[in-house]
Amino acid sequence: MKNKKVRLNGHTILLLITIALFAVLYAGGCIAYGAKGFTHLQTFCNILITNAGLICVACGMTCVMLTAGIDISVGALIAMDCMLLAVGMEKGIGAVPMILIVLLIGVVFGAFQGYLVGYLGIQPFIVTMAGMFFCRGMTAVICTDQVSITEAINPTFYKWANAKVIIPFGGYVNNKGKYMAPYVRPGVVVALLVLILIFIMLRYTKFGRSLYAVGGSAQSATMMGLNTKMIRMKAHILSSVLCSIGGICYCLNTMAGSVTQALGLEMDAISSAVIGGTLLTGGVGNVFGTFFGVLINGTISSIVKTNGKLASSWPNILTAALLFIFIVIQSVFAAIRERSRNK
Amino acid sequence: MKNNKSWNKIKNWPLLLPVVALILVMAVNIIYDAVNGNNPLSFFMITLQQTTSNGTILYGRIIDILNRGSEAAILAIGMTLVVSSSAGTDISVGSVMSLCASFCCMLLAGYGVSSTTTLAKPLIVGILGGLLMGVVCGMFNGTLVAYFKIQPMVATLILFSAARAIGLLLCNDLIVYVRNPSYAFFGSFVGPLPTPLIITAICVAVMSILLKKTALGMYIQSVGINDKASRIAGLNSKRIIFLTYVICGLFAGIAGIVNSSRITSADSNNIGLYLEMDAILAVALGGNSLGGGKFNLAGSIIGAYTIQAITTTLYALGVSAAQAPVFKAIIVILIVSIQSEPVRNFFKKQSAAKQAKGVA
Repeated sequence: MKNKKVRLNGHTILLLITIALFAVLYAGGCIAYGAKGFTHLQTFCNILITNAGLICVACGMTCVMLTAGIDISVGALIAMDCMLLAVGMEKGIGAVPMILIVLLIGVVFGAFQGYLVGYLGIQPFIVTMAGMFFCRGMTAVICTDQVSITEAINPTFYKWANAKVIIPFGGYVNNKGKYMAPYVRPGVVVALLVLILIFIMLRYTKFGRSLYAVGGSAQSATMMGLNTKMIRMKAHILSSVLCSIGGICYCLNTMAGSVTQALGLEMDAISSAVIGGTLLTGGVGNVFGTFFGVLINGTISSIVKTNGKLASSWPNILTAALLFIFIVIQSVFAAIRERSRNK
Repeated sequence: MKNNKSWNKIKNWPLLLPVVALILVMAVNIIYDAVNGNNPLSFFMITLQQTTSNGTILYGRIIDILNRGSEAAILAIGMTLVVSSSAGTDISVGSVMSLCASFCCMLLAGYGVSSTTTLAKPLIVGILGGLLMGVVCGMFNGTLVAYFKIQPMVATLILFSAARAIGLLLCNDLIVYVRNPSYAFFGSFVGPLPTPLIITAICVAVMSILLKKTALGMYIQSVGINDKASRIAGLNSKRIIFLTYVICGLFAGIAGIVNSSRITSADSNNIGLYLEMDAILAVALGGNSLGGGKFNLAGSIIGAYTIQAITTTLYALGVSAAQAPVFKAIIVILIVSIQSEPVRNFFKKQSAAKQAKGVA
């Protein structure tokens, strides 16, 4: 086992391309905007802070995509979670009960979607699209205005949101001569914990391996004695729960609930997973690649933001363009594999 | 026995679902009006009304539904073909509508101009530009789906998120107003009739002639039923799938121009928002299976107007535009659940059990 060489197949190449792309993008950003402080470790930390929610969501998305499914309800679910948190806290409910409620909603919502996908065999795209519209609409039903969470409304949540986790290295001395230690927010710690847990789960647990099996070939998985319906349903529950955790991280970052929040986040999550080497046809991928996908997305928007002159729609277009490129590469790899199999 | 036969005939009528839904919506309207002390039949009343801008026009709730539902009906034509040929949906139509409208208004107003009353270019250039943009988007989607074999919904997801952003870029992040009567024509009235309704009628007529008089309709269904078998039978199935996406893009362009003409502006963030949902819902409600294969264009059109009737009714009941998607999502889930195999098998078993009981 120990002598097993790392084989360079299509998937590892794809992962390497992703990591290289991230390195190139980040290095490019450092060279172009070094004067604006892009080289500081804090820039990287900021990318993590803004994308903490996305990391959780993308991990869940990867799990669903491994079973050859997809979940486009995530962005809307985050909006609903944030709105619930904001309105609930405004009504005077504590931070911990609200978080538990949000997680519970994640479980129920995921179970419902998972039942429709797994047991009724409806296309995951249709089910989760309906879920997306449902959540967006529900957000408006809860409240149509933007609701902010201030210190007066809930001091505990406010304290969490503004807590700093100081990183002991990589600081810099600013122009006033003060040492600035880089820091991340608690949301990042949660997101990284989720990432590690999901990585371990996918790699070493029975459930994790069965996700791959169902995505690789549902028929073979059934013949092997796996309950594919149940596994699909569980994958959707996992996705919605991780999305709810992501929603809490997202809310810690924005401290508000509004109907248009997290618009298009499902796109970011899907493109992160795809760029990170998860196949749309299922069965291949891991969250490590997805993490780099998120970082690439974050770097692009960070560069656009640092530039300051580019239109706000550029990150959206660039993410879509990257998704397009990686999807085509995947499709070409698949065609090559099929050809060599037919020979 | 005879009764049973006619019941079966009704049960297998392809337009059963949309018509039943339409009747339900009308019933809700009648009850709502009656409860509120209005004339119970006010839903069906059509009157002539004098307006300052458009002369004498037809006025009434049904006319309003027919007028407002035009975009969804136009989109539903293209969506029906896409669903039939590729067993997937084109979720980019709403965003493509917005992009086409932005491009058209950008051409007519000139780049960077936010409001104009005179056209910078002839009207026909703007319209053709907008339609061309729709065709290009359709070609992009079609290439990805047909030639790169990417699942339709993922392929169209790219434009779903990018098209609106590109539209904003074309409009320089502005809402471009083209306040010119010749442009407003497509969203106003011809004589007493709303123009969008006439445009829809033309689109439907052209498409049904194309599908009925040429073999295109049969080809699309055959590719949808069995891609491989059609290829072996000599059809270029890839090209047919590609073609359905191009048609869908073109109709998205038409819908985009109609919608933008209605508000005489290109509001990139709001044109066609959630309309892909309406179009898909129309196809499902029209009795078409979202799994591809046989299609029924008339069903989709009736479906589209039914959805507009539902939307109008929801607004009348005091549901806001942002909240309406909740109900539509529930309807979609109900319809696809009824269509799904386990549920159908369950009902089949039930009726078989009933028959067995009757025999015994």
